[in-house]
Amino acid sequence: MIGLEVHVQMVSLKSKLFCACPTDYRGKPPNTNICPICTGLPGALPVLNIKAVEEGLKIALALHAEPSTASYFFRKSYFYPDLPKNFQITQYDKAGGVPLAHDGHYTLKNGKTIRIERIHMEEDPGRIYYEGGRGESRFSLVDYNRSGIALVEIVTSPDFTEPEEAREFLELLQKNLDEIGINVSEYEGSVRCDANISYAGGERVEVKNISGATEVEKALRYESVRQRNMATRGVKVRRETRSWDERRRITISSRSKEVEAEYRYMPEEDLPPVSLNQTIIKNIALNMRGSFEDRYRVCSKYGVGEEAAKRLAGDPALYTLFMSITGANEMDASRVGNVLANEFAFVVKKHNNPSLSGDTSSLENIIRAYIRNGDRSRFISAAHSWVSGIPVRAEEYKPKVDIDTLIDETLEKEMKNIGNLEGKRRLDYLMGQILKVSSQLNRKELYIKLQKKLEGLG
Amino acid sequence: MSSGIISKGARQLVDELQGGSLEASKVFETYRKRINELTKLNAFITSLEYKPNARKEGSLYGLPLAIKDNISTEGIRTTCASLMLKDYMPPYDATAVAKLKAAGVSILGKTNMDEFGMGSSGENSAFGPTRNPWDIERVPGGSSSGSAVAVSARLSPAALGTDTGGSIRAPASFTGTVGFKPSYGYVSRYGLIAYANSLEQIGVIARTVDDAALIFGVIRGKDRFDSTSTDAKPVSSNTGRLFSGGHFKGALLPQLSDLVSKDVREAFDSSVAKLDSEGIEFAEERVEELELALKSYYVVACCEATTNLARYDGVRYGPVADPSRDWKSAISESRTMFGKEVKARIMLGSYMLSSGYYEEYYLKALYIRRNLKLRLLKLSESYDFIYTPTMPVLPWKIGEMIDDPLQVYLSDALTVIANLTGAPAISIPIALKKGLPVGGQLQGRYGLDDRLLELAATISGLLKFRGEPSI
Ligand SMILES: [Zn+2]
Repeated sequence: MIGLEVHVQMVSLKSKLFCACPTDYRGKPPNTNICPICTGLPGALPVLNIKAVEEGLKIALALHAEPSTASYFFRKSYFYPDLPKNFQITQYDKAGGVPLAHDGHYTLKNGKTIRIERIHMEEDPGRIYYEGGRGESRFSLVDYNRSGIALVEIVTSPDFTEPEEAREFLELLQKNLDEIGINVSEYEGSVRCDANISYAGGERVEVKNISGATEVEKALRYESVRQRNMATRGVKVRRETRSWDERRRITISSRSKEVEAEYRYMPEEDLPPVSLNQTIIKNIALNMRGSFEDRYRVCSKYGVGEEAAKRLAGDPALYTLFMSITGANEMDASRVGNVLANEFAFVVKKHNNPSLSGDTSSLENIIRAYIRNGDRSRFISAAHSWVSGIPVRAEEYKPKVDIDTLIDETLEKEMKNIGNLEGKRRLDYLMGQILKVSSQLNRKELYIKLQKKLEGLG
Repeated sequence: MSSGIISKGARQLVDELQGGSLEASKVFETYRKRINELTKLNAFITSLEYKPNARKEGSLYGLPLAIKDNISTEGIRTTCASLMLKDYMPPYDATAVAKLKAAGVSILGKTNMDEFGMGSSGENSAFGPTRNPWDIERVPGGSSSGSAVAVSARLSPAALGTDTGGSIRAPASFTGTVGFKPSYGYVSRYGLIAYANSLEQIGVIARTVDDAALIFGVIRGKDRFDSTSTDAKPVSSNTGRLFSGGHFKGALLPQLSDLVSKDVREAFDSSVAKLDSEGIEFAEERVEELELALKSYYVVACCEATTNLARYDGVRYGPVADPSRDWKSAISESRTMFGKEVKARIMLGSYMLSSGYYEEYYLKALYIRRNLKLRLLKLSESYDFIYTPTMPVLPWKIGEMIDDPLQVYLSDALTVIANLTGAPAISIPIALKKGLPVGGQLQGRYGLDDRLLELAATISGLLKFRGEPSI
């Protein structure tokens, strides 16, 4: 059984998680990309970069996870030289905390589903640098350039059985992140992970700090061979933490006695909770530069039928219109989706690369009127105007009332009431009834038609 | 009574500086001379030379002020009265300091305090205890001991302090000055070196309520560097009682009077009688939720302190660790630099946040805190203020309580309430007992700081306390 904890460095953001320092720290001289906040100077306070939360939610949506209703931060205390405050600001799923999102899933090419337990955000620590290598250096030097960069941690259930699956997951994830605008593949080391691995009978071994998909496969392969060998020799695998040595291609025991870590979590009171309501989440979904699969998934989630969903997902402009017009109500969403994917798409095809950048609320009115009255020809004509950028007046798509039908319907309904009414009184009564239903009718036209009709009845 | 420049309050100085009848440098040098004459009070850790402030159009131009030494000042060492930070030079100004500088203030120096704000007497300083100008054998109260002493002894017209559990109001009470703790979030904490971040606020110690209001007016407001800061006005339906025809109503909390010594009780009761005769109405209230307030305060404060002070590990602050030793023993050794009280609170906090104890202590304390907050908010719908003594006892002798820390903790019982609830609170001098000042505390409703200040000014005027130490 293998489970992964993937750390995605949010280098696509302009600034760090809690301060204005830029994220392009790579290649800069040590300790030049810092400020009082990310070096934890006394008195400095974190201020949440709300863009980081939005990007984190994009990842959550791409992994089909359920966003929490609010975002809270906690302090996780441990002493380490690269951690300037000796606590890390992170999210926590116990003690009253919630992760950013939870309970997602991801499907591998072989159809296997990997469950995502939770997704949370935290700050990256600095880096320790040993001049001449860890064993040789007389000093441990700390560089805080990286300190405070936003990390999104994705924790999977132990659903992988083979090292290749873990690699495939990371590769697909990386591709997917690139597609939604979180560029990770350009930056070396921006996806790092810890892997938990255990084989039948053995205890769980954690391999820490593996960078990238290929290394994960190598590390896990090494570890699975090592653990199986131990099992065949009758040596019990004990719970421990190991680290992956890329150069020597082996895992090394961290030699630390494995005790239940004591992180003394507590709420970070300097960061008030941020509420993540449906509007925010919908806006994020709307702005996701997602792949076809992402868009298709969202359309299906809103109840749009398979064919229509494919058509919407295949056309980012249509998809954007769909996301901005559709309400939270799924019934409504599927109808709007169907109109956009069928009748509206038909209209769009008649135009030469229209921009579809008109006033969406006007298009929404046109579509909703069509959903109510089903007058296809009026819809097509109004939609043509909208696509051409011609302002559309309400009369053009509001249902055109057919006076004859209205008269027939009213007569049928009122037959027993007009039995004892004579001549003009009968006419006036029916006029009143019809105008009650549709007050904008041309009275003269109605009067003449109604008169003729009644004459015909005799 | 003092005379000349040092007898003038902040408002009067500002008026005369702006009117041109006083020179900024003259005012500063007069205070500086007096600071140097009265070093025996140990009010300042760092005193500064005159540096003219170019903001001549600033609303406080030329006003010299003392700043507590846990508020960051760019290029001026900021020690928190700790050996750990004895050479720490902040590269930035706290927002409150930046605002004062922009208004034309010149900084007289950085004042002594209990280390990292942990203490109620002013004795827990690595730079030695601060002394009370009313009786230099006695404590001035803490933790903003130096700021209160500076104002009381006329070493500064007013000063910034910080208040985590009474650290502005306690020394104000012990030194016969006015100490104002604003509503939580009304003054930016950016640059305030944290002890217990959900409880503490920067505030003002001054000679009069009016002077405190003047300085508060400059430092208040939302700051983009402090996400908990706000300048929101409470919505009108939420403002509790409205003043009508100068009629005020105060709540008394007799259940706390067991804690209060005979001297303080006498002074307090006669102030109630006096105010009552002037038409202020009082009624007694019993607040069940207060029983556990002090305990929950110490739980929250210690838990927050343990994380806030974790960064002092000898890597960047404090004594350089012996490089030949391993990391863990090196930082352990560095952290022995903390004073006894600080170490005690760090250890208590670490213990109470450990798994198994977190729910038993920390979460329970948060629960008590929330209930107290709701109860007092409800109470403030029927009252304009809650009136209690500030400190339950008179200033004690330096060293007298050294073996009885619990007794010292108990002296915070009346002040911690406002830190738990976030409401504004102010201590004003009400009387002298045995030649020592006694303070009365007014607590208002969250966000109604201006109204509390108006009320405190009115009550000060009715009580007519006059007096200053003869030092
Ligand atoms: Zn920074």
